[in-house]
Formats: sequence, structure tokens, C-alpha cells
Amino acid sequence: MTAHEIVSKIKSKKLSAEELISQALKKAKIVQEKYNAFITIDDKAINKAKELDTKISNGEELGLLAGVPVVVKDNICSKDLRTTAGSKILETFIPPYNATVVERLEAAGAIVIAKANMDEFGMGSSNENSAYGIAKNPWDSSRVPGGSSGGSAIAVATGVVPFALGTDTGGSVRQPASFTGTIGFKPTYGQLSRFGVVAYASSLDQVGVIARSSQDLALAMEAMSSHDKNDSTSIKNTNLEFLKSVASKKDLTSIKIGLIKELCNEGNSDDVLGILQETQKQLEGLGASVETVSLENVRYGIASYYLVAPAEASSNLARYDGMIYSNRVGENSEGQIDIMMKTRGELFGPEVRKRILMGSYALSAGYYDAFYGKALKVRKLIANDFARAFESYDFLMTPTTPSVAYKIGEKTDDPLAMYLDDIDTVLANLVGIPAISLPMGQSKDNLPIGIQFFAPALKDETLLQLSNIIEQNSTNFAPIVKI
Amino acid sequence: MYETVIGLEVHLALSTNSKMFCSCPAESQKNEANTASCPVCLGLPGSLPTINEHAVEKGIMFSLALDCQVPKRTQFHRKHYYYPDQPKNYQISQYDHPVGEHGKLSLSNGRQIGITRCHLEEDAGRLVHPSYVDYSLVDVNRAGTALIEMVTEPEIESSDEAREFLRKIRAIAQALGISDANPEEGKMRADVNISLRKAGEELGTKVEIKNLNSFKSVQRSIEFEIKRQTRILEDGGKIRQDTMGWDDGGQKTYLMRTKEGEADYSYMPEPDLPPLIISQEQIKQIKAKTPELPDSKLARYLELKIKEQDAKQIAIDLHISKFFDEVSTSYSGNSQTIANWLTGDIAGYLNNNQLKIQETKLSPQNLRKLLELIDSKTISGKVAKDILEDVINGHDPAKLVEERALGQISDNSAIIAIAQKVIDDNPELVERVRANPKAINALLGLVMRESKGKANPELVRKTLQDILA
Ligand SMILES: [Zn+2]
Repeated sequence: MTAHEIVSKIKSKKLSAEELISQALKKAKIVQEKYNAFITIDDKAINKAKELDTKISNGEELGLLAGVPVVVKDNICSKDLRTTAGSKILETFIPPYNATVVERLEAAGAIVIAKANMDEFGMGSSNENSAYGIAKNPWDSSRVPGGSSGGSAIAVATGVVPFALGTDTGGSVRQPASFTGTIGFKPTYGQLSRFGVVAYASSLDQVGVIARSSQDLALAMEAMSSHDKNDSTSIKNTNLEFLKSVASKKDLTSIKIGLIKELCNEGNSDDVLGILQETQKQLEGLGASVETVSLENVRYGIASYYLVAPAEASSNLARYDGMIYSNRVGENSEGQIDIMMKTRGELFGPEVRKRILMGSYALSAGYYDAFYGKALKVRKLIANDFARAFESYDFLMTPTTPSVAYKIGEKTDDPLAMYLDDIDTVLANLVGIPAISLPMGQSKDNLPIGIQFFAPALKDETLLQLSNIIEQNSTNFAPIVKI
Repeated sequence: MYETVIGLEVHLALSTNSKMFCSCPAESQKNEANTASCPVCLGLPGSLPTINEHAVEKGIMFSLALDCQVPKRTQFHRKHYYYPDQPKNYQISQYDHPVGEHGKLSLSNGRQIGITRCHLEEDAGRLVHPSYVDYSLVDVNRAGTALIEMVTEPEIESSDEAREFLRKIRAIAQALGISDANPEEGKMRADVNISLRKAGEELGTKVEIKNLNSFKSVQRSIEFEIKRQTRILEDGGKIRQDTMGWDDGGQKTYLMRTKEGEADYSYMPEPDLPPLIISQEQIKQIKAKTPELPDSKLARYLELKIKEQDAKQIAIDLHISKFFDEVSTSYSGNSQTIANWLTGDIAGYLNNNQLKIQETKLSPQNLRKLLELIDSKTISGKVAKDILEDVINGHDPAKLVEERALGQISDNSAIIAIAQKVIDDNPELVERVRANPKAINALLGLVMRESKGKANPELVRKTLQDILA
């Protein structure tokens, strides 16, 4: 069922929230068994469902998302529900507060049933860096589901929930969506509040949504997006009306789409290039014109990203030292410095330690200008390229990833190759613009392939419209994977 | 032989209701540990800072008062260091875009001290070290409270100048209402950078003395360092660029760390706080709200022909000057009279009792009444001094005079009667006065004693002279 269908069934009392949530929990447990999609499944969700049922029988007014079960990535704080960010260091952390996005989903009547598996602190693109075990791709369980929001993507692909929250720092929503045949949406930076989202790289982090339907995506955005005074980077006066606009267009007449030359040639698998061509044809069939456009600085995207993100991460993760909260390794007698070092050395995973080291180096005195400072300059250049291109095009497109989901373990020995896979997605985060990955087809081996579209900042609605038009003109768009 | 070169860094706790980056109450140091805390100042995962606009306004006001340029754009940075009093292991501070730059402050000797910068930042928490256990405790009540740090150019030349500079900074902060600037309560702390050089030579190697929490320790530590460094230089030694602490008990500086042990703060723009744009309009509004500064008060008092020493003493104290101004507006007598009382008997009383004027019940109205009672010769200056303590404790002087019948006896017949009695009772004294008219003071004293100090002394003198003539 889509979120829209659930809400209408709940409101018309064709289905009780209790029934629905207990089914969702049951399915979550099966999916957990097979794919390790979750870090925590919350059986207490059933109590919230009962409360909702009481509200319904009392005839109280219901929210946009009444009774919709949702899964939230485990780096988004949920009050009284363990939030680990995929790390051992937060194994016992139970937030005393809700992230704004969770608060708003719950206020709209949604019920969080589970916290999704993820790469530790969002650092990874395969979900192999989780301290809570590797998650598996439901299309082929020998393959990775993508990351870092791997668990969220699995939950949506298998139909446990109609949509799930992820976070996207360099593609962490779009890439797993691409690997699991779902829609992955990263809004404009500041469109969704980051308050309560465990920070990885603050200037790049953005909450995103994974869904199977464009209209559900709009529903989720409608419930969550408006200014949050607790987040100083939250956009003010964001009066977007996602629900109203998502289905307001039927085709792509007079829409101009630019295919980013530097990212649409070699470097992509044949399967991916094939789907890219098919997509181009489909878009043209819907009335759009598609042209190739060159953005020469995009080739520096990865280099810039892998300086900015680790630098900010080294700062954001400094707080996990076993002093005030978080797990601790060591005895009092060892003293504060040794305890801090042991805690961080033993409870952070290898990828996190690596990025903290890289980032600390990039920020250290005397190196700032050469690394972090330069990366910020490159970021500006890339943003300028995009701004110029958007003078001529409504959307820009690339593959979401250069290839389909790979085998578990296939790239763990080649971290650079794994970093390079983010080449298409990091751009949206560096520039701060919205981007969406749409499931446009499958490879010869029946693995899903996503195509990514960028829109100018604050044009989030147009990406959802585009998604909806393509969805309405496709068969078997974002199917539920049978388990 | 050597010139002293001193630069100061002064931290002031801003008097804001809430902390710098969250809504927790700022005045909570005396509360139970960790009661003023929230996800933000505890540095919990996912929490984000938001800027306290009142703190920014106070920072701008202070910067303007120090003649600083306030930039169009100011920004926060993260300053990283690992210590348990800082839950995030970084302090949100300012780096290359502080709230004020390039200011100055004049000293009474006419020298101008350059102000390098003023910047806003958050304070750290407090560590508590209980005895006989193998752990320390953290209290975050102070963590995240707003501070402004002011840094001078290395242009201060002596410990006296340093002390005067600090007194002026305190007076300005208090006059603006941006900080209590009270070192005893930890609301004002200073670091001293000090080096010596021979006249005309380049700056010598500086030593930093950290965390001085009284004006006296600033002065003493500078004096100590001058002696220590002079001794080293005269022995042909070199000064090491060390960071020192001040041992108040031993009255000496001690080594905290060498330059090698200095932290790399890895400053980084705070990505959670976009740069603040400061408009001309905002600056105009803040200027309009800015209370009068001590230097302007001093000029005003000198115009009232108050003695310079008194005028300075009054102008530099926010509460005394406020008090003076209030008395002054309603009192028609001489302004110097008010000054005499404030800097004389009242100051003496406050000093003896370790009180500040605002901590007493003395009201400007009651001081004015007291002065008017003297002016109208209802009471003598002596009676006024006798009842001062009660007036300071909130009593209305007019009522005191009435209740205690302290009014001067200006009634001729009453004074004649007392004078006659004293003359009758003291024939030897009378003889002496006849021989030496100056001895009349002895008789006068007796009459005053007999009248319990209420007789008008001028009248008594005249009456005695009349009777004895
Ligand atoms: Zn707080």
C-alpha cells in the first residue's frame, strides 16, 4: 500500500492502525531476518497505533500521515528510542529528544516502527561499515544494498513501509535507492531540518526520503518541510506546496534537460549507459528536449568532497569521547586522556577512524588553506558551473551510480574505487541543490538502475513533478521486491 | 633599563538571560550541578547551536564603545581541543571575522591603547575534583554561557597602566550593562602577554600569564615577570615563549606549558551557523540604545566643577555615578557637596562594611534630604554624620531628626539658659576665658555636650561671648 492508501483506509476505518502496524512490525522482522535492514525494531510502536485508534474512535482530527508506518535511519534522533548512528560508540544512546523531522512525522500521525541499519555515522556507500552487521540487497542478497542509508532503502523496497527517512551527505539516499529500485530524494540544503540528525559533515548533510511513489514522497515532504528555528541553516519562508504541485503537470512539454557530458560516458557500465539512453528517449517522448552540456569542474567533485566531508566529520565526531555520554572504554585510574583515546580507538570502526584522521590532517594548522580552504574554493567553482547550466536547463541529469549494486566484499579492499562511485551524487551536496534518483530500469542481471536529476536550489517541487510524470508513464515503476 | 611591553586579553561574561547558543538560563552557576542543561549545551548527538541575538547586540555595543570597527559580516568558528569541560570538544568562538576590530581606549596619562579585536564565544563547563576518589565530575551549568573576549595591541607599558586599563574596561562594561565584569565572581578574567626589550629594539619574546582573576594578581604577576625576565636577560639568558600560571599564595608565576605543548586548535568555520550580516540600521539602533560611558560622565562632572579626583572616582563606578546623577538632579546645593559625601563618609562606610552602594538601602532622595537638613541648619554636620549609618540603612533623615529630636536648638532663650548654667558651674574655666578669649572653645564644648549636640554652635559662641562680655 502507498502512504496515501493507508491514510485513506485508516481515516475511513477500513483498517485499524493497530492491525496495520502489527503487520508492518511482522514484516519488518522477516526482512530483518533476511537482510539485516534494522538496528532496532520498536515493538512499542503498537502502543502508538492503539493511541491513534482511540483518537479515531473519538472522532479527533487526524494528520496527513495518520497511521503510516515509517522507518527512520538510525542517525536521526528518536525520543526514548535508541539511536546508534550505526556505531558501537552510541550503542546505548537513548535520545531525550526527537529530531525535528521525526517530531513532524509523528505530529502528522506517522508511526516509527524501526531504526534502519546504516554505515557508521553515514560513512560508506555499501552498508558494509555498520557496527551492527552488513545489510543485504533484497534484489540479490549476495549484493550490497548501497549506503549509507541501506536499511531505509531495503525497508521501502521490500514494502515494509511506504517511505523511509535517510540522510544524504554525498549520495547516501540516492545511491541505495538506485541499488534497490526505489526513489531517493535529497532536498535543497536547509529544506529539511537537521536538528536531531547526528552530524557527519554539517555543510553537506541533508535528510532525504526514500519512497516507491512520487506522491508519497510529496506527502512526506509536505509533513516535514517548513522552517525550523532550532536549525540556523534551515531555509526561511519555504512555502513549497509539495502535495498541491506534485501531480499538477502531465508531461514535459517545453522542459529542457541537460545531460552532463563529463559523467555520462566512459566510467559507467554498459548497462547503465543503456538505461541512460532509454531514459533520454522516454523524456523526449514526454515532450522534453535533452541536450548534452559540459560542466568542466565536476571532475573535481570527489576530491573536494573527500576533503570537506572528513574535515567536518573530524570536528563533529570529536564529542564522542566517553566522558559525558556514549560508551566508554577504560578504568578511572587510567585517566581522562587514556580513556578518551581508548574509547575512540576501540569503539569507532576503521572507516570512521580513517576519515577522522584525514579530516584532522586537512584542518591542522598550516594545511587549512592547502586542503579544506582549497576544497571550499573548488566547491564554489562547481556551484558556478551548475548555476550557469541552470540558466539554460530546467534539470540536469546523470546516472545515479556508474554501475549496479556490487557483491558484498567486492570493493572493501579498494576504498578509492568505492569513493569514486560517489562521483555523480556528491555534486548535489557540494552545491546544496536538490536531486532525485529515479528507478529507470534494470540491468541484464535484473538489478535496478537509477538515473539522477538535479534541479536548482529551492526547486524541490519540480523534481517531484518530474518524478511523478515519469512514474505515471512507466509500468512497474519502483516495484515491491518479493521476499 | 628595559622597556616593558604588555598586551592583555580580557574575558567578560555577558549578562544575558540565556546561554550563547541555547535557551538554558545563563545565571545558574550556583544552582545544583547540571540543572541548566539541554541537548545543545550537553553536545548531544544531533543538537545544533542557535545564536543568542542579545549576546551579539551586547558584543556590538561593547565593540562600538571601544571605538572598534564593526564589520558588515561576522562569523563563528570552531576551536578544537579535547577537555571534559567542553562537551563537544570544541568551543564555538570567532576567528577571522570577529564582531569588532581596530579599536582604542585612552588612559588618564593620555596614552592610547589599541584594541586588536573583540569576539564572542561560549564558556566551558566546570570540573569538580572530589577528594579521595579516582574521578572528577563535570558541571555543565556554565558551559555555553556567553563571553566576549577583548584583545589589546602590545602597547601597555606598566603594571599600573594594565590595572587602569582593566578598571576602565570594567567600568565601560558595567556602564553599558553588558557584563557585571566582576572578577571575584568569575565574570571577568584576564590573560597577560608580557615581554621586555631595550629601547628602540624589536619586541622581545613574550610570556603569557593565563587566567588572572583579580586586578591585583594582574598587577603583581606583571611586576613579578618584569623582575624574572630582567634577571634572565641580564644574566645573558633568553626568554622562552612559555605559558605561565599565577600562584596567588606564593605570589609568583609558574610554568604551565612550553610552546611545544601548545594545542593546534584547527579552527574551522562553524557550518551550523551561517555568517551574521550586521546592517547599518542595526548599528544605528544599538548606538541609540548605548548608555553614557564613564569618560563622558567624567567630562560632565568636571564641568560641574567637581574636584578631578572625586569626579574620576564617581564616574568610573556605574552605581555611584547613577546615584550621584539622581541626587544631583533634585538637589539645589553645591554638586561638590554630594561628591564629598559619596567619596568621603559614604565610601568609607561601604568600604568598612564590604558593601556596594546598590547593596544598601540608601536612596538618592534620603541623601538629598540629609544634605538639605544641613543646608537649612536644621542639623549640624556632626549630627548628619552620626545618623548617616541609619540613613544608609533606609531611614528617612527628616523622620530621624524628628523622632530623636535632633534638630538644632536655635532658640535663643534655651541656649542662654544652658550657657548660663555652664558658666555658673565652671568658675575656673570662666576665669581662664577672661584671661585668654581663645579658651572659649572649652566652654562651648560643654554647652554642646549639655545640649546633646543639638545647639547651633555659632549661636552658642555668640551667646557665651555676650554673657561674658
Ligand atoms: Zn542548553
